[in-house]
Amino acid sequence: MTKPNLSVKDLHVSIEEKEILKGLNIEVNGGEIHAVMGPNGTGKSTLASALMGHPSFEIEKGEAYLDNNNLFDMEVDERAQAGLFLAMQYPSEISGVTNSDFIRSAMNAQREEGDEVSLMKFIRQMDEKMDMLEIDQSFQHRYLNEGFSGGEKKRNEILQLMMLQPRMAILDEIDSGLDIDALKVVAKGVNSLRSEDFGCLIITHYQRLLNYITPDYVHVMMQGRIVKSGGPELAQKLEEHGYDWIKEEIGIEDETVGKE
Amino acid sequence: MTAEVTFPINKQQLESFSNDRHEPKWFTDFRLSSLEQAVNLEMPKPDKTNISKWNFTSFGINANTAAGTSFDSLSDSVKTLVGEEKDVQNLLAQKNGQTIYQAVNEDLTSKGVIFTDIATALNDHEELVKKFYMQDAVSANEHRLTALHAALVNGGTFIYVPKDVEIEAPLQAVYAHEGDFGLFNHVLIVAEANSKLTYVENYISEGSGSEAVANLVAEVYLDEGAKVSFGAVDNLAETVTTYTNRRGQVNGRDAQLYWSLGQMNDGNTVSENTTYLMGEGSYGDAKTVSIGRGQQSQNFTTNIVHYGKNSDGQILKHGVMKDRATSIFNGVTKIINGATKANGEQTERVLMLSDKARGDANPILLIDEDDVTAGHAASVGNIDPLQMFYLMSRGMNRTEAERLIIHGFLAPVVDALAIETVKNQVFHVIERKVY
Ligand SMILES: Nc1ncnc2c1ncn2[C@@H]1O[C@H](COP(=O)(O)OP(=O)(O)OP(=O)(O)O)[C@@H](O)[C@H]1O
Ligand SMILES: [Mg+2]
Repeated sequence: MTKPNLSVKDLHVSIEEKEILKGLNIEVNGGEIHAVMGPNGTGKSTLASALMGHPSFEIEKGEAYLDNNNLFDMEVDERAQAGLFLAMQYPSEISGVTNSDFIRSAMNAQREEGDEVSLMKFIRQMDEKMDMLEIDQSFQHRYLNEGFSGGEKKRNEILQLMMLQPRMAILDEIDSGLDIDALKVVAKGVNSLRSEDFGCLIITHYQRLLNYITPDYVHVMMQGRIVKSGGPELAQKLEEHGYDWIKEEIGIEDETVGKE
Repeated sequence: MTAEVTFPINKQQLESFSNDRHEPKWFTDFRLSSLEQAVNLEMPKPDKTNISKWNFTSFGINANTAAGTSFDSLSDSVKTLVGEEKDVQNLLAQKNGQTIYQAVNEDLTSKGVIFTDIATALNDHEELVKKFYMQDAVSANEHRLTALHAALVNGGTFIYVPKDVEIEAPLQAVYAHEGDFGLFNHVLIVAEANSKLTYVENYISEGSGSEAVANLVAEVYLDEGAKVSFGAVDNLAETVTTYTNRRGQVNGRDAQLYWSLGQMNDGNTVSENTTYLMGEGSYGDAKTVSIGRGQQSQNFTTNIVHYGKNSDGQILKHGVMKDRATSIFNGVTKIINGATKANGEQTERVLMLSDKARGDANPILLIDEDDVTAGHAASVGNIDPLQMFYLMSRGMNRTEAERLIIHGFLAPVVDALAIETVKNQVFHVIERKVY
């Protein structure tokens, strides 16, 4: 199989008639990890949600391809089937559906009928990945995200990532709310997926995650587009100096969407 | 003034029907007087559902069923519900009111347990039946449908559990309905002091549908310390208009009655379930799961009436509405003056799968005593699009995602159903009905 490729060109996205992404370009290949950083309200989650197909967002212009698949022509589940995964900043809670039933249904959804993952194999994989992420076994039988703490939800997103093994993952603030030990655990999980067959776009506010998952590229978002890109050293510089120097460099005062 | 009504059977015909069945005189008389009453009594008025145009009075009176005896002669749909012959312990199967198969564990018989059809019971256990039949829990003169029921009863079961006898394995009854037959099924359960029993009933339709009526009554009487779990899966066809009235008279101190009702009919249905908590410290628990689909209209009313001090009543109703179905969920907790320290709680939740479906949840607390605790919760809502997005983002298609959400929505009731077989059956009916 060829290396995965996510290619986003001139993307404009709006919500409730308000344009949030204003011409965003990014390309992520298998084997690469990209970090997207930027102040609050600059459109990072919007990018992630729009690519996955969140029902509230309107694609106004531009295109997004995963390999040869035009994402915007596809239903949400088709995008997932094509190999896209989104670890959400605020995952939903679903009462009455156990975590393991959910993950198993998700795994089977990616397979042909009659080729469902065997219960033994599923249990073995769950045990293994949950151990790695230091998630208590009891979470298998808890209802999906219901009553999970912020950090537990994040780990559960990574558990799904590891079980589903997508070609291209977007992780939206997977580090927020995590204590330092949990951060290491989550990073270990993500690093274990690193390969030529896996591309990853990590949205984060903090350098500290990038200490454990070294990105190949770092992008800064402001006003609904990427305003600066560089290597891992860019994240270091943001950590030390904040965003003001970038704003000065490109001559804007307010970085959030809609303020020009 | 109600318009003159006619029924498919007149007094003479009813009398000879009763005589053919060799029924005791008091029973025949009761039928005849009830038929007379049925003419003049009003129809019931279920809250918020107009049933004035529903057909409850026009139906066939010939069962057209031969009494069967062997397990093999049971239809596949009955067999699916009861499992394999070697596993069957206590089973009564009827078709259009006629018993077609019966099995009772000898051990139970030797302990004095009675599990037989109502026609046999009227002959073999006349005094017991007479003592309870339509006495306290349900009366013939409540309205036209109870009167009609008393007049025309043509099927059903009598169960009697003597003092201190505890039955572990469920007693199962399957009531199959076919054709235009008007089914008037009566279930009478008497649980003496400190006895224990689980009863599960299934109503199913067989053959291709013609317009028909099911008028079903169940009465359960519990003496001191008795514990009864009553499970039901109603699964009658679209063409059957159903009136179901299941009532429990929890008379004894500390007696406990658990209802697990899967209300899955496809036709128009009025389903009433009432528990009278008479005994001090008595407990009533009503759990119902319902699905509406097609064009059907349904009314589900659950009442728990507290007379006993320290009595505790719990109502939990979840329903899913799709297509153009309409359903009303009424929960009524009534606490009578003097029922001190009573506790009544109820929850009704409705999930709408279609914007053409209608669902209404009405929690009602009628409290005439200060020293009580009570609470209620109700909601009617659509599937959350963000939940759908989340599930679909993991690769599940829309149908599969909905399926998980619906099962999840019903899980708090289904998982809590007191009877394992009912739980499984309900699960399968949900699978079939929702997709
Ligand atoms: N459902 C919504 N309705 C209205 N406005 C929205 C909605 N979702 C996002 N927005 C707006 O879009 C803009 C970008 O939001 P987005 O969540 O993409 O920012 P972000 O960069 O992810 O911020 P953060 O770092 O705080 O997570 C914000 O101004 C936000 O208020
Ligand atoms: Mg965000």
